[in-house]
Formats: sequence, structure tokens, C-alpha cells
Amino acid sequence: MTSTPTIDQQSGAALVTSADATSLPLWKQDGAEPFLRIENITKNFGEFTAVDNISLDIYKNELFCLLGGSGSGKSTLLRMLAGFESPTSGRILIDGVDMAGIQPWKRPVNMMFQSYALFPHLSVEDNIAFGLKREGIDRSEVKQRVAQMLDMVQLGHLGKRKPHQLSGGQRQRVALARSLVKRPKLLLLDEPLGALDKKLREETQFELINIQEELGVTFVVVTHDQEEAMTLATRIGVMNHGVIVQTAEPHDVYEYPNSRFVAEFVGSVNLFEGKVIEDQPDSVRIKSKEAGSVLYVNHGISCAPNQKVSVALRPEKIKIGKRKPDQDENCIQGIIEEIAYMGSLSVYRVRLASGKEVRVTQPNMSRDMGERLTWNDPVYLSWTVDSSVVLTA
Amino acid sequence: MSIQTGSAWVDGSGSRLAKYNFLSKVNWGRFGVIAVPSLWLGIFFFIPFLVVFKISLSETAIAVPPYTSLLEWDLEEAYLNLKLNLGNYLYLFEDTFYLDAYLSSIKIASVSTFFTLLVAFPIAYLIARSKPTTRALLLSLVILPFWTSFLLRVYAWMGFLKKNGLVNEFLLSIGVIDQPLTMLQTDFAVYIGIVYTYLPFMVLPLYSALEKMDMTLLEAAEDLGAKPATSFFLITIPMAIPGIIAGCVLVFIPAVGEFVIPALLGGSDTLMIGRVLWDEFFLNRDWPMASAVAIVMLVVLVLPIMLIRNGQGKEEAV
Repeated sequence: MTSTPTIDQQSGAALVTSADATSLPLWKQDGAEPFLRIENITKNFGEFTAVDNISLDIYKNELFCLLGGSGSGKSTLLRMLAGFESPTSGRILIDGVDMAGIQPWKRPVNMMFQSYALFPHLSVEDNIAFGLKREGIDRSEVKQRVAQMLDMVQLGHLGKRKPHQLSGGQRQRVALARSLVKRPKLLLLDEPLGALDKKLREETQFELINIQEELGVTFVVVTHDQEEAMTLATRIGVMNHGVIVQTAEPHDVYEYPNSRFVAEFVGSVNLFEGKVIEDQPDSVRIKSKEAGSVLYVNHGISCAPNQKVSVALRPEKIKIGKRKPDQDENCIQGIIEEIAYMGSLSVYRVRLASGKEVRVTQPNMSRDMGERLTWNDPVYLSWTVDSSVVLTA
Repeated sequence: MSIQTGSAWVDGSGSRLAKYNFLSKVNWGRFGVIAVPSLWLGIFFFIPFLVVFKISLSETAIAVPPYTSLLEWDLEEAYLNLKLNLGNYLYLFEDTFYLDAYLSSIKIASVSTFFTLLVAFPIAYLIARSKPTTRALLLSLVILPFWTSFLLRVYAWMGFLKKNGLVNEFLLSIGVIDQPLTMLQTDFAVYIGIVYTYLPFMVLPLYSALEKMDMTLLEAAEDLGAKPATSFFLITIPMAIPGIIAGCVLVFIPAVGEFVIPALLGGSDTLMIGRVLWDEFFLNRDWPMASAVAIVMLVVLVLPIMLIRNGQGKEEAV
């Protein structure tokens, strides 16, 4: 634990300010040894390619999230790590050991199943003890380790119950305890919070992060829930059609998506189609008919002149107001078509002259909201030059 | 104002009346649903049972029907005599022949139930694991034997097992044996007949239990370090227990009272209560004795089954 760098699980990228190499997360250090190495893994089911030539390095103590929709291949990848599926081609190395031909019951890996897969005929204690008993550990130690796990997940008083006598949240924690009790090097979690209601999910997220930090186990989490991935992960791998389209820290996935798919899959986004009219090394000007204005972005891209691109703009980065702001670029006009008041923030749907709909969210900072905007108000939308991202893919 | 309150009152009572009618209708419906099977069981099981019970308390007589009446009018003294003969039941316990027959039936039924379970489990497991399309076909294959007469199928086994039958000829031709084996008219043939005949009754409940099982449980067991054989004994079998109990009950009960199979395939020394019953009725024409044998068999079978069912009910209630 002491030799490994500390990673701030909740903010991920926020720590990367110091020049000191040891405080850098492992994936940013040159020559750092990955704990889990996935090399050119492909999995075909008949004609269908579920996982298409994926290579990925995951480091010790990471909490890596594979994020994707259904059928993106994320679960297949996870099942190959556990050993339930064997790859059509490629290699998986865990802690330097090739996993080819190693049966699930011999891998240093445990999995928490989406359905929890608790044994219905066994009590909570016996469920957790199941893995330890298979190792032939003596009774008193099994008992002690089971009690320890039960305490960790705060279920010490429910050890004698059967799974069907527990609530959903309790079952989830039994499943977690059962998968951690063998002290695996790598824990795989398949939609760990999927079956919980929203409030419980939020509480459990932080519990999961605490447990992961405390035990120093490397987690690989599969989820379709981008919010879950953002709060849990040190890094996120966004998957689509069997391919990882972007691997980055949560902050970067959100702020610098590398494709329209990622931009649209993670959070909501406004996309403006346009043509590059001025291509400087550190800025781009894009003429967009949809936006009805020239869009100026302060980062360079590699593109051909006149190339068609999209400009991605997150709804919360747009300022909305009745008065014209002091800028000509990145300022467009529209009419409020719909307002959704959601308590902490309001969502506006603004129709531009081109017919394009723009989504704007504003925090409700004061109770009376200053100048109150209402339906059919003509408004100006504006944003700063560093708010938007140009996407070529 | 007064009209309004009046109408409201009428409305209120009206709806209460409707509710009342609705409730009473539901009760009638429920009653009807329960009444049909109850009536069926009453007419075809409970009344015949009482008749048999009545006969078991009478004495044999050379008459039609061949037993005495329980009630007798003494015309001179104006007495109605009720005469209950418990001798048949006492005789059942006095003559060890009957006790042996019961024990032997239970032994044969238990052994064949066990082997039926052994044969049926892999079949049911395979069907439950097969693709849904092939599953329907395999299930219909399991039921297929019912399309031919049960008697014919037992006769067919005689053709297989006799001295110059198919099994002996095959074994002789490949040189495993020099002399034909005596298989027909042994307990072995009875076991084969029972296992064969009752196999579907074991396969179907086992299948329905195994089919419901969540396959990820096996993956979870493997993930936690259990080899496939271990997870079979620790997960699959416990999950199949409701099916195992149902299947064993469905095979064991009819097997205890089985008559045709021991009569056709068994030897003269194969002692089963079904045959004793037959002999009492048709050879000895001792209807009261035969009835007593039948009643005791019912008690021997029903009591343990009721205990098992009670246990299951408690388990489910938890």
C-alpha cells in the first residue's frame, strides 16, 4: 500500500497538478507495470463479434469502469476476465500471469454478479463462507473472516438469515462481502448498483469506494449508468460495438469527449454541425448554419480545411439571458420553447432560427431568479471560448 | 338540500348493497371452484374408501356379495345389531406373511425409486440445459411411451429379458457370457420394469425444478473456487430438492401397490402387496381380508406422505 501512489477516487484527474512523479496516477507514469493487461482480445459468438480487438491496461488499486449500452460487449469482456468465456483471440494477463486455459475456480479473481447470485438455500454466513471452505481453510479462521466481512458491510446481525429474507440493499452487500472474503487480487463487478433505488445507490457508491481504498483491491466495474461510472471510477473506458472508444479519467471523458458517441452517451450535449473556416494551431473558427453564427473554439484540431465537424457544448456551460451579451462570437439567438423547473436547476429548451433545439441548464441560484424567463421569450445564448469541444469523429 | 342528502343516502346504501352482492358472488365462485374437485374426490375416492372400509370389518360368506352385512335385524327381540369384525386386521399382524409382503413391497419400491432417480436426473438435467427448441422435442420424447399401452410395454420387456430374448442373445453374440442369464421372473426384472414405467413421473418434476434454477448460481460457485463436481453437489442438488421429493413420491406410491409388473416380470417368490391383494380377492374370494390389506396399505403410504407435505409446507411458510 505504501509504495503505491495515492489516488483521489472521487475527483480522479484533480490531483494531476504536482510535477512529482510518485503522486501521478500509475496510468500517467511511463513504464508503470499494469496489473491487468488485456492484449488484442476478440470474442466472436458465431457471426457476431461481441468484443473486437480490445487492448487495455489497468493498474493496481484502480477502480476502472467499463461504460457502455447493452450489447456493447462490456459484460462479455468482464466474463472473459472471470474465465466464464474464453477469448477467440488475444491474451489476458493478471499480475503478469497469462490466464489462458486457467479455469474460473483457479483464477485470483472474484466477481460480484448483477443478479447477486446468492445461494438461496444457504444463510448469509454460509454464502460468505462458501469460497473460504473451498480453499480448505480451517473452521475457526473461516468463522472469523466471515464475521469480519459481515462487520465491514454492516450486516453483523443478519448472518443467520436466508437471502430471501433480506432487502435489495442488504443482498447487494452480502454479494459484495462474498466476493471480497477470499481477498482476490482483482474484483469484477457487474452492474453492482443496478438493482438499487436511487438514494441507496448514492450511499452505496461511496461505501464501495471506501471499501476499495481500504482493501487495496483492483476493481473492474461494468455499468451502463454514466453517473455511476463518473462517481466511482478512477478511469472510464467507454465501449460501443465491442470497441473501447475512449479511455480517460471521468473529468476528461466528460469535458473532452473524443467522438460524438462519447459526447452523447456521457451526459447530455448540444451538437452543432459546421464547416471549418479558419484553422489556427491553437484555435478554430467554425461556420455553422445550424447555430446561425460563427463558433470559435480555443483549441486546435487536426483537420482539413472546409472539413465538416461538430461542435459539442454541454447544456450547463451556456449562459441564457434577455440582454445581448458583450460578445459577437459564440452568441446565438433563440426563443424559449419549454422550461422544466427541477428544483436545484432549470432546464430550458430553446429553438433557434434554423429550427435547431438547444438544451440549456441553469442553477437556480436565488429564489426569485432575477429576471424571470418564461415561455416564448426571445433570449441570447452565449458561452466562453473554452466551453466547447470540436469533434471530428 | 334535503333532496341532495336523500339522494346521497340512497347512493351510499346502493353502493354498500353492491359491495355486499359482490362479496357473496366471490364466495360462491370460490365455493364452486373447490366444490368440483371435492365432489369428484368424494364420489370416486372417499365413498369407495368407506365401502372398502366397511367390507374390511365384515366376515366372509358364501353369498353374493361374498361377505356378511354389518347390520342385522333381530326381528324377535327388535334389536338392530352392529357387528364389527376386527379379526381381519388382527390376522394381518398375526400372520407374518402380510408383514413380509408389506416390507418387501416397500423395499422393492424404495430400491426402484432410487434407481429411477439415478436414471432420471441426468435426463432431466440435459433437457433443462438444452436449447428451448430442442427442449420441447426432448420432453415429448419423455412422454412418448404413454402413447402405447402400458401392458404392451411390459410384455415387450418380457421379450427383452427372457432366456432367448434380445438381451441374452446380444450378450452371447459378443461373448460376454456363455450361458443365457436368468433375468425374467426375478426381482431384477421387477426393478427394470418399475424404473422403465415410472421414469417420466420422475423426469418431469425434476426437469421443472432444474429448469427454474438460475445458472449464474453455478458460475458464482465456480468463481468462488468450487469445481463443477462440487458445485453440482452443493448447489444443483439442493436446488433440485423440491423436484426430487415430488418425483420420488410420484414413483414410490404407485410402485408399492404395483400389481402388473411383479405379476408379469417377477418370479413366484417376488412378494408384493399388490399381488397379495389380488390373490385375496380373486383366488381366495376373501373380500373382507383383501379390504383390510388395502386399508392398511393406504395408512402405511398416506401417513409418511402427509408428514413430508407438512414439512414442506412449513419450509415454504418461513
